[in-house]
Amino acid sequence: MQLFDIVFYVFALITLVSGGIVVFSRNIVYAAFALLFTFFGVAALYVLLHADFLAVTQVLIYVGGILVLLLFGVMLTNNVISVEIRTGTVQTIPALIIVAIVAGTLAGLSYATWKGVGAPAAAGPQTTTGTLGQMLMTSYVIPFEIASVVLLVALIGAAMTARRHRNS
Amino acid sequence: MGSFDGFWNEFSAWLPHVQLAHFLVVSAILFSFGIYAIASRRNGIMVLMGVELVLNAANINFIAFSRYSPDMNFDGQVAAIFVIILAAAEAAIGLAIVLNIYHRFQTVNVDEVSSLKE
Repeated sequence: MQLFDIVFYVFALITLVSGGIVVFSRNIVYAAFALLFTFFGVAALYVLLHADFLAVTQVLIYVGGILVLLLFGVMLTNNVISVEIRTGTVQTIPALIIVAIVAGTLAGLSYATWKGVGAPAAAGPQTTTGTLGQMLMTSYVIPFEIASVVLLVALIGAAMTARRHRNS
Repeated sequence: MGSFDGFWNEFSAWLPHVQLAHFLVVSAILFSFGIYAIASRRNGIMVLMGVELVLNAANINFIAFSRYSPDMNFDGQVAAIFVIILAAAEAAIGLAIVLNIYHRFQTVNVDEVSSLKE
């Protein structure tokens, strides 16, 4: 095993174990903190795949933004002092069966179809930020502009939706 | 059992050398975790966490295919950027909806919010 393989298995293990804690933990605060390690593990996998800009973006947006937002949601909707913070599950057995079938099918198909594909001979560039910026400004400029409008609309919509109850 | 032995030898030779399919298998398992959270958790915020897991799994796929394409194609990484953008928007809107549901129904359990069924 090369160092690359060992690092991959370490971070894949971190990602999957903490992902399992997110899904199967009864305590929603534990789940949110396990989600932190899942996001960091996925960012490490991005680094292994030569996507340095996306790894930093993952840490900034998911850990710094989405996870904090989810924690705010947990704290605002669960009365920590009086109401139990644990959350239940419904229809566990059918969900487990279907999900096991989906996981087996996807993993088996991935293995059967792509098992021979290795790394390309030519090593990729050292950094990806410049290339990504050029692509965003040339061939992907229309989706880029639409994404900015979508973000603005989502921002205004979220603010309007979250504070509507005070008016009525 | 000969075919199974052949499969097992091939699989054990494949396992230590990380290639494209390893990332795809990790992504498939993460996707399944997300689907399980969406399908079985009662808390609306846990459902949103499941959605985030699914989007992360999709992103791993995009970037893995981008890395292992013959000339390191960057289109997959640009697609992953757009997925992250939409995930941020989705989280903001989803949390706003969950907060609204909490103020109206005093609960965030998605199976108790069933006014539209009646």
